[in-house]
Amino acid sequence: MNKLTKLFITFISAITLMLSSMSSSFAKVDGEYIVLGAAISLTGKYSSNGVHTQNGYNLAVDRINKMGGVEVQGKKYKFEIIYYDDESNPKRAAQLAERLINQDGVKYMLGPYSSGLTKAIAPVTEKYKIPMVEANGASRSLFTKGYKYLFAVLSPANQYLEVAIDLAVEKNGGKPVRIAQAFEQDAFSQDVRLGILDAAKRTGSEIIIDDKLPKELNDMAATLAKVKATKPDVLVVSGHTKGALTAIRQIAEMKVDVPMLAMTHCDAAKLSKQHGKKSEYALCASQWHKNLSYKDKFFGTGKKYDKDFKKEFGYAPPYQSAESSAALLVFKDAFERANSFDGDKVRDALKTTEMQTFYGNIKFGPGGQNTAKPMILFQVRCKGDTCENKVVAPTKWASDKFYHPIPKWSERS
Amino acid sequence: MDFLIFKAPILMVQASLDGILLGILFALIAYGMALQWGVMNIINIAQGDLVILGGYIAYTMYLAGIHPAWGVIVSPIIMFFVGWALYKLVINKVVDRDLFISILATFGIAIIFQQLMNFIFGADVVVAQSEYGTTMLFDNSVTLPNSKIFSAVVSILYAIALVIYMKKSRLGRAIRATAQNARAAKILGVDTEKVYAATFGINAALCGIAGALIAITLTLHPYVGLPYTVRSFMIVIVAGLGNLPAVAISGMGLGLFEEFADYILGTEFRIGAVFMLLVFILVYRRFKLSKKREYLK
Repeated sequence: MNKLTKLFITFISAITLMLSSMSSSFAKVDGEYIVLGAAISLTGKYSSNGVHTQNGYNLAVDRINKMGGVEVQGKKYKFEIIYYDDESNPKRAAQLAERLINQDGVKYMLGPYSSGLTKAIAPVTEKYKIPMVEANGASRSLFTKGYKYLFAVLSPANQYLEVAIDLAVEKNGGKPVRIAQAFEQDAFSQDVRLGILDAAKRTGSEIIIDDKLPKELNDMAATLAKVKATKPDVLVVSGHTKGALTAIRQIAEMKVDVPMLAMTHCDAAKLSKQHGKKSEYALCASQWHKNLSYKDKFFGTGKKYDKDFKKEFGYAPPYQSAESSAALLVFKDAFERANSFDGDKVRDALKTTEMQTFYGNIKFGPGGQNTAKPMILFQVRCKGDTCENKVVAPTKWASDKFYHPIPKWSERS
Repeated sequence: MDFLIFKAPILMVQASLDGILLGILFALIAYGMALQWGVMNIINIAQGDLVILGGYIAYTMYLAGIHPAWGVIVSPIIMFFVGWALYKLVINKVVDRDLFISILATFGIAIIFQQLMNFIFGADVVVAQSEYGTTMLFDNSVTLPNSKIFSAVVSILYAIALVIYMKKSRLGRAIRATAQNARAAKILGVDTEKVYAATFGINAALCGIAGALIAITLTLHPYVGLPYTVRSFMIVIVAGLGNLPAVAISGMGLGLFEEFADYILGTEFRIGAVFMLLVFILVYRRFKLSKKREYLK
């Protein structure tokens, strides 16, 4: 084979490759399928929550397709999702978003898991004007950048524990409280912190400990010793699952007595299962709980969703799955109202979304965040050795009474 | 919040005890690193991941209904063979090479271990419950988790056992001889290949013990190995190679320093303060060395 033939073969194969990738670039609506794209963490440090997200998406796609699909211009379409594994890596996620849009021709995106990865993808979808409905990026900074194609079905991070401060003030007879707080130094936890600062200002409360936990830290003994010495009315902790598990372990070991303990990521950390009675009375922020009385025609109530999800995947759905399912319901609704596959029309329809799903009411604010759904708080309560999460706030949804103050360790068995 | 620690001096006791107990545990990991660094001239980036793997062994026992404290016996045995196998598969190919190559190789091992642990045990953060309770001192104002005391005691016992083993046993003597001069040891009939494998195995076993202790005192996650590597690296740099008392003191010192930095500078500067200290020590050492050189001239 001489040099020229070699060159020729290379040239031909390059052309074929180009054509083969182009043929799929009109895949936004492929026959009877509306194709959505998603980069999800199936490996790496977010893989368990990535899988929860994917299961939520899949359950909703199945359900919507089975119940007639999406009707646009008198024709029925079904949903289909192209998944890629972003390896829990923001750079990879952004690359994959480019690939989904440029090579696979995806015109509508679903969000990844976590605020960090959503932040990496949002500039890409924005650049190509691709509407993205995301269900797992709660960081406030996502909604202050003026993104026009980003819609989040969940409440922003700064709302996570604001309710807890209000509750503490209420229990204190309307008087300001003394707050001790410890937050990990990452985008999400710092947003939760901003929410607490707002709530403290609003209620005139004083923040007496304000620790920022380094990412590598898995020992909070110093913070907790300070808490013991200063005796605040409420202790707030947010540091993902590691923070939640470390806090409960060391609060129990060091016998730290606080009247009220509020945290995030309790159900992701399987707090009540891993720590049992030690976690009792902890107050946890959650986007969703199965006992809430929201409803829609696809999944029915939260309890029904819980049952169907368990049947399909063999475990109880965490809120990460529920909100992911809700994202598909939002897309379906928007396509039908837009009655078109034009990206901008779909975006405009998304913008005027106002609906109820089993997960909660959904209405998007100017930044793309969901403004219609309040955060809820549940409290871990134990009977014997089995512990459960009971919704205690806001009062409208509460199934149980909020237990306050937390009994001292010397009085707990 | 200004210097709470000076307003409530009892916090100093708490901080000191917390720092020392944690420091002892870190010193154990660092000793393993110093040992194989000294003997084989390899900086093991996968040190922390070996620790976490040891932790997962204890956690698996806990899931099977066995008390996780037994992990301090089972985990080192399994980890010894893991270390041995690692040596035979990878490390023996890089042991006489450039330091940079061994860093690359162990970095690769670290990544593989992380992904394997993620694959087998999942990406959730887990803890094993020891139910050891708490010791309270000074009318309840200083609390010491018994699990931390347990971990410090176990670390000390193992360290003492290892020192005796190194001094008295045949293999221990062979290891020390190889560390001093591998070529001479070889000429005098020491099977250095076996010594290297055993050293790496012992290091892995020490990591296994530390891992089991971390499972009952802190938390486990497939990706938290690196901080342990960095910490032990720092302790070794401060203490020097092959000097157990120095490693122990530098471990406790770092633990103490960290706790006090937390109270005085704030939690966010805790790790940063340790790095600053490291830079300071390195500069100081260089300064001292250069002075010595001048004297020799």
